[in-house]
This record gives sequence, structure tokens and C-alpha cells, in this order.
Amino acid sequence: MSVQLDARPPATPAARRTARPGRAFRLSRLDEKYSPYLYIAPFFLLFGVFGAYPLAYTFWVSLHDWDLLGAEHPFVGAENYSRLLADADFWHSVVNTLGIFVISTVPQLLAALWLASLLNRRLRARTTWRMAVLVPNVTSTAAVAIVFGVLFGRQFGMINWLLDLVGVGAIDWKANRFASWVAISAMVDWRWTGYNALIFLAAMQAIPGDLYESSAIDGASRTRQFWSITVPLLKPTIIFAVIVSTIGGLQLFTEPRLFHSGTNPIRGGPLRESQTMTMYMFENAFAPHYNFGYGSAVAWLLFALIAIVAAINVVVLRRLGGTDRPARARRVRKERSR
Amino acid sequence: MNRLWSASRLTYAALAASALLSIFPIYWMFVVASRSSDAMGQVPPPVTPGGNLGANIARLFSNTDAYFLTGLINSAIVAVTVTVSVVFFSTLAGFAFAKLRFRGRNALLLVIIATMMVPTQLGVIPLYLLMTKLNWNDRLPAVIVPALVTGFGVFMMRQYAGQAVSTELIEAARMDGCGTARVYWNVVLPALRPAAAVLGLLTFMTTWNDFLWPYAVLNDPENPTVQLSLRALSDGYYQDMSQVFTGTAIATLPLLLVFVLFGRQIIGGIMEGAVKA
Repeated sequence: MSVQLDARPPATPAARRTARPGRAFRLSRLDEKYSPYLYIAPFFLLFGVFGAYPLAYTFWVSLHDWDLLGAEHPFVGAENYSRLLADADFWHSVVNTLGIFVISTVPQLLAALWLASLLNRRLRARTTWRMAVLVPNVTSTAAVAIVFGVLFGRQFGMINWLLDLVGVGAIDWKANRFASWVAISAMVDWRWTGYNALIFLAAMQAIPGDLYESSAIDGASRTRQFWSITVPLLKPTIIFAVIVSTIGGLQLFTEPRLFHSGTNPIRGGPLRESQTMTMYMFENAFAPHYNFGYGSAVAWLLFALIAIVAAINVVVLRRLGGTDRPARARRVRKERSR
Repeated sequence: MNRLWSASRLTYAALAASALLSIFPIYWMFVVASRSSDAMGQVPPPVTPGGNLGANIARLFSNTDAYFLTGLINSAIVAVTVTVSVVFFSTLAGFAFAKLRFRGRNALLLVIIATMMVPTQLGVIPLYLLMTKLNWNDRLPAVIVPALVTGFGVFMMRQYAGQAVSTELIEAARMDGCGTARVYWNVVLPALRPAAAVLGLLTFMTTWNDFLWPYAVLNDPENPTVQLSLRALSDGYYQDMSQVFTGTAIATLPLLLVFVLFGRQIIGGIMEGAVKA
């Protein structure tokens, strides 16, 4: 037995070529060498065909005049892109996407941080609280978008009723551009704040307790501890959450699409008040236009935008409240102890 | 655990307010679903359940635009198939990445991590063209097959297999003459069960929820997923809100059920994934 074990590691082709006794042994050697590839092959095959290839091919399609009915789709180079850059509706959707992204992500992550700090205490019924804040995340996005569409209704919506109670006039949430951004952001935040809070909570629990103890001995207040210890140590997690929010947030589709109903809801309101870039891609690539080339160009510009915004986020977050904070705290501590 | 700050009344008040905000829209969905269609115009808006749920359900299932029952069945077929497949292929590949040695392992793992960062939703147009070529438009394989594997699943199972599956046990099984396939089935899969269950739950919920791709490729109104039935209801000119809300409530119910039964595991899975990421 042990001899066999010792013989295993040098799995060089030379070793394999020398005649080894036993067919079973040769078979198990083959099994060991090739079965890993067999086990990972399904992922790479399926992802290659249905994930990577379509994404790359989108770029190829975007260089053509390609629609559903045309028998031919001639190569047009960058024409789709130059048309797109001069397309006011496209830029409108870019501004909508970025606007909704900013007013949903920033409050969401701050609220999640706060909620995580609440959950990170000695609580009774811990799991129940966690489930309560996570439940929005497990609901059907389409269902929730429809419900929020009604809550934010102009005439009979509950939000306007509440606003009326406190003396604020009714807001036309679906036909006012900024108001529709706020309503859609509320929907996104409702869904994702609790989820991000649990992610932050997990990271908070991984912070060693003696950091807090020693800073408490130095007389640091809890607020001070939160901003000088918790937040800097959470930075990798925060960056991760921001990247995920960027990738998801800039592709926003279901919420704005189902927030609107009636005629042409894919436009996101009568004057495209909250049409996101993904909706604009959809409107051009599928019903009613079926202009695949033009839609693909939208997809690639959105891809570029995601990459740019994600990169900016990483750079800004790395600098913001950077690594100098704990260092400064240490320095202060040293000076005090002197 | 004594380093944790104690929770004051204010903490509980703030948490209760957050919980109320979280739960209210869902609760209200069920309220409207149980009332008659004039509930919409009432001032103040009703916040207690009514007795009209049965009638609303009957109207919903006989609605000739929504194909709600077909939608439910289709969504169940799609979500169950995708879940079984994702769990199977992810545990298999995760096992290979965590416990087997092969050339190119680290590079291939990096590729998998990279796929998690790629917005594949942007590939819907060629995917649509591909489905047209395969003649899968308007048919369920179009929404099932592209979802059969996820990079997230492989990565999650790889991380878990690294710590949960003992290498000694694998070696011992090998000594007894097990091939890698039997090692996977008899040793690895049982050890991965808790994480595989979480992956299954998350996959089921994501798939049940999926909207954009089914919306693009399933254009036949008679063969929708349940989310597309909701779209048909919501875009309908009649806007019978108690009926629409009955639809949203029923479409949400399986997810809530899963969450109530397995919430603890789901939370554990999300939080463990966060620390490792």
C-alpha cells in the first residue's frame, strides 16, 4: 500500500511510458490525469457557448447593419457607434442610468453599514432580525417592481397619501424625471440594503476584538472606533460591494421596466423619464425595432461604461480614508504612551 | 463575544423600523391580493386583509391574457432543472479545483473568477440569434440551457471543498480502489452537502426571478414563465389591481416559503461567502 502511495507523485509522461504492472493501475493513472478536465469541462463548454461567445460576438454584430428581416447584414464599421454618439435618446438613457445608480448606491451602502453596525451587537433573536432585513432580497423582482409602481401611483399611491398627510403635495412619480429616479432607487435600495448589511456584518465579525479593547483603553469613543477601526478594516469588503453594485446597478432593467405599464413601457415613461441603457438596448434590439446591430453597439458602450465606473470606484475608494487611518491611530497611541 | 456592544432600546427601535420597512411592501401585497378591486381607491389605504382572495385567485387563473398556470409550471420546470444542474456541475468542478491536481488549474480558476465579473447580460443579442438558429425561440430550453452552469457556483463549491473535504479521506478511498468518480460521489458530495444546499437555494431563487432573458426570448404569450405572466398582467389595459397583486403574491410565495424554511442556511451562506471573497 505505502509503496503505491510513494509511487504516485512523479506523474511524468516518462514514468507512465515505462511498463507498469496491472491494467487497473494504468486505468487509475489515466483517471487521475484526465478526469479533472472532464469535471470542469461542462462549465467551460456551456459558458463558452452561451456566455463568452455571445458577449464577444456582440461586438461583431455591432459593426454591421443587422436587423431581423434583412437577408443580408453588410459590414458598416463604426457607423452604429457614430450614430449612437449623436443619438439624444441614447445620451438621455446614459444620464438616467448614472443618475439612478448614484442616488441608489450611495445611500444604500451607507444604510447597509449602519444596519450592519446595529446587527453587530448583543441582540436577542439574532437570526430573526437578520431574516427580517434580508427578506426583500428573496422576493420576486418583477412582483416588487409592480407593487412599488402602485405604491408610487400618482392618484391612489400610498406614498402620495403619506406625503399628503404631512402637507406635501402629490408627486407625479412616473412622469417626473427626477422623481422616477428616486422611486426606482427606493426599489433597488429596498432590495439590496439588507443583503449588503449582512455582507458587512460578516466582515465586521472577522475584525479581531483586541483592536477595540486597546483603543477603548486609549479612550476612543464608539463613533471614533467605528470610523477609525471598523470602516478602514472593512475597506476590501466595501470595495467588493461597490463593484458588485456597479456591475448590477448600471445594468438595471427589471425594476424600471415594470415600474411603468401601459403603452411602450420599454421607454420608461412617456418622455423616457427613467429609461436605462439596458432598456434602450432592448428597445432597439428587440420589439419593436429588431435592430441587432444598433442594440449591440449600445451593449458595448454600456460594457465600457461599467468598466470605467468600476475602475473609478476602485481608485477613489483606495484613496479615500486610506490605509493612513489605522497608521495614524497607532502613531497617536504611541505618542500617548510615551 | 463580550466585545460586542450591548443593544440599547434605540437599537431595537431602529431595527424594528428597518424590519417594518422590509416587510411592509410584501405584507401589503397580500393585503391587496385578498381584497376586492376597489381597494385601490380607498382613503386611507387598507392595511388589513380582506376576504376576497379565493375570488381573485379564480379570476387570475381564468385570465386569458396571462397564462398564469402555464407560467407557474414553466417556472417550476426551469428553476428545478437549472438548480439540479448547477449544483451537480458546480460540486464536480469545485471538487476538481480544490482537491485534484492538473496542469493549468490556477489559470483556469482565474478564468472562472473573471466570468463572475463579466456582465453576460450584455450578450443577449447574439444569444437570441443563436436561439433562433437552434430553433429554441419561445421554448423552455432557451432559458434552461444557458443557465446550466455558473462561475459563482463553481467558485463557491471550490472554496467550501477546500476546507470541508478531508484530503486524508480522499486518499483512503483511493487506497480502497475508488476512482475519482466514486470519490466524488461517496466522499466529496456528502461532505459538500451543506454548501451545496445553500447554492441550490440561491440558484432556485435567482432562476425563478429571472426576467430579462425570458422576456427577450419567450415571445409567445401562451408559453411564459411566471415573471412574464406578471408582466402581461401589469401591462394589461384593465389594471385590475387586486388580480395583479394576487399574481405577484403567488409568484413570490415559493420564494418566501423557501426563505422561511431555510433562512438560517441562506444567511449563513451569504455571510460565509462574504468573508472569503
